[in-house]
Amino acid sequence: MADKAIYAMYDDDDVLKDGAKMLVSKGVKVNDVYSPFPIHGIDPIIGIKNTRLGIMSFIYALVGLALATYGMWFFMIDDWPMNIGGKPSFSYKENFLSFMPITFEFTVLCAAHGMAITYLIINKTLPGMPAQNPDPRTTDDKFVMEFRMSENPSMTQTELVDLLKNTGMTELDQKDI
Amino acid sequence: MHKEAAIREPLILGHKTYHDITEDVCRPIEDKAPKTWYVLFAIALIIGLYGVGCILYLLGTGVGVWGLNKTIGWAWDITNFVWWVGIGHAGTLISAVLLLFRQKWRMAINRSAEAMTIFAVFMAGLFPLIHMGRLWLGYWVLPIPNHFGSLWVNFNSPLLWDVFAISTYLSVSLVFWYIGLIPDFATIRDRAKKPVAKKMYSILSFGWSGRAKHWNRFELVSLVLAGLATPLVFSVHSIVSFDFATSVIPGWHTTIFPPYFVAGAVFSGFAMVQTLMLVMRKAMGLEAYIHRKHVEYMNIVIMVTGSIVGTAYITELFISWYSGVEYEAYAFINRATGPYWWAYFAMMTCNVVSPQLMWFKKLRRSLIFTFIISIVVNIGMWFERYVIIVTSLHRDYLPSSWSMHFPTHIDIGVYVGTIGLFFVFFLLFARFFPVLALNEVKSILKSSGESYKNAPDTHRDDPTPTPVIETVAPVVEEKVEVKTKEPVKETKKAKLSEDQIKDKTAALISKLGGAGNAIDDLKQISGVGPVLEGKLNSIGICSFDQVSKMTKVEYDLLDELTASFPGRAERDDWAGKAKELMNKSNS
Repeated sequence: MADKAIYAMYDDDDVLKDGAKMLVSKGVKVNDVYSPFPIHGIDPIIGIKNTRLGIMSFIYALVGLALATYGMWFFMIDDWPMNIGGKPSFSYKENFLSFMPITFEFTVLCAAHGMAITYLIINKTLPGMPAQNPDPRTTDDKFVMEFRMSENPSMTQTELVDLLKNTGMTELDQKDI
Repeated sequence: MHKEAAIREPLILGHKTYHDITEDVCRPIEDKAPKTWYVLFAIALIIGLYGVGCILYLLGTGVGVWGLNKTIGWAWDITNFVWWVGIGHAGTLISAVLLLFRQKWRMAINRSAEAMTIFAVFMAGLFPLIHMGRLWLGYWVLPIPNHFGSLWVNFNSPLLWDVFAISTYLSVSLVFWYIGLIPDFATIRDRAKKPVAKKMYSILSFGWSGRAKHWNRFELVSLVLAGLATPLVFSVHSIVSFDFATSVIPGWHTTIFPPYFVAGAVFSGFAMVQTLMLVMRKAMGLEAYIHRKHVEYMNIVIMVTGSIVGTAYITELFISWYSGVEYEAYAFINRATGPYWWAYFAMMTCNVVSPQLMWFKKLRRSLIFTFIISIVVNIGMWFERYVIIVTSLHRDYLPSSWSMHFPTHIDIGVYVGTIGLFFVFFLLFARFFPVLALNEVKSILKSSGESYKNAPDTHRDDPTPTPVIETVAPVVEEKVEVKTKEPVKETKKAKLSEDQIKDKTAALISKLGGAGNAIDDLKQISGVGPVLEGKLNSIGICSFDQVSKMTKVEYDLLDELTASFPGRAERDDWAGKAKELMNKSNS
């Protein structure tokens, strides 16, 4: 289905935030906001839930911890128990202390990289991806609110534009998608 | 929005707008590099290549070309390794620990400090690798099945801990750095005019678009990475210190090593950041973002960590006597009074005395003094490692094995070469990468920018939205109508029609009066440049007299006409400035 996207541009983040608050209170659904830096407090206004990447990171950390523990038990205790300086490797429990540094490092390694890779994939930001911001100035000093007509079925385009005019926007644009 | 106490010095000086920040950071990347850059790059490259030559000679001939002997089996190689790892501690400390503590001043320096960290860790990692002798067998340090009947690496050894610590630290720092860089690359991408640059930055920016959801994730990822990197920073240098502390060599075998090494690392890392930053801010015109207050903050960190290091030296000395272990006591007496007394003396002066001078506010706010101290500290920290390593080794248990260490020219060449390579990397970074975290600096502009802080009236934080100016509205509507007919992808801006411009100009001039014969230099009004002056003149505003009559209504009219600096005239109070200038010329 052909959809229409309306872009309202602002030159100040606080004006955009107030505008968004006003529009949402009038029942307008804001599809997205593009900004050159994170606008604090915009997420609850336009209904964006907090990310769960932190939980993912914790899971990756647990995977790292488990792998490191298993690996060190296997290398040092099970597969080839070395007797180093008269201190034999009998059990994981006895040698646990000297395995701690690498266990820690490996846990951090998995948590950090797992999360970073997940972040890039769910954002769809990967090398060579095309830029998706509606206007190149949104990475400089302009802030854009995006609306989809299909998400605001109760409203005609002129009604929405009339509402937008009272929000202090500087430019208006639209696109058929 | 985050509010900051008025008593705090602003972090961004001058009247900067979001666009100004972009301009200031991107200009050095987009313009041609200055001559000095080429000169510095050439010097660094020559020194670096000499170092590479020395390394190749070393690899071809063997570790014997270093000045090591039977007694002193570790000297410049490990000294340089620890020195570089130490320097590599500031970047992640600045971005991670200071992020957790919500220290906003980090934002101006974290990007380049992290770059410095990564390059320093490259240099550090080089030393153990070349010390292996056979560089191409470096992968033997990894636990991979091999042809020795799967003899695994020794996980009890601090040297293997080092392998894991340094490689984790390097890769996590790299990821942390790059995730912060992506939005800034996007800014450069969207400004780039040359096709090659556009293509390159487009690849580097990963298609970043700045959606609200992406920013939400970005902030969380930064926070979690900071949380992970913080213990990592501490663990890495603790593990480096275990290389020594877990041995039984008098002078190394001390439990104080981990905290003492970490403090020393932060100490030398911040000193290196100061050295680089003081030059960079000047060369790249970033004085408004990295200024005295930032330098002062870093100097305070240097002072605190320097004091920790000093306390550790003295504790070590005391314990060596108090422990009653003869060998231990001798190692320390020999350090201070033996043949290496000069190295010990250099270490004590540079690391214990010099940071104490930072107690004086005048000194810690002086840029030249800071620059000198930053270099002194790095020299001192190199000597610290040299003292720990060489003086502890050179008096063996058997007097017949006593020896001295004399570096060969290959020792020196490799070390100096790494400094050259480090600067090669850093200069390339400064040339092609955004040296300031653009998006982060923009986010503190309103809370810590000078113009916003000192003029609360113009603070655009009021809950009532500014109404759109009447005359713009019908045009916008027309636009929409036209566009509904043709579904072509098009981005046009609402612009005033010819007639409206004429009307508005007439209205503006009728209020301000004609210029008469008086033509003043409007550039004297702060905030007016040659371009803006041209625009004002074309409207018909040429004299201070006209400008001084301007009020809110005229400012708004003017904004619509020039459409280049909305709100600027009002914020900078042109009318007031013009009055002052008129009075000056009259008297």
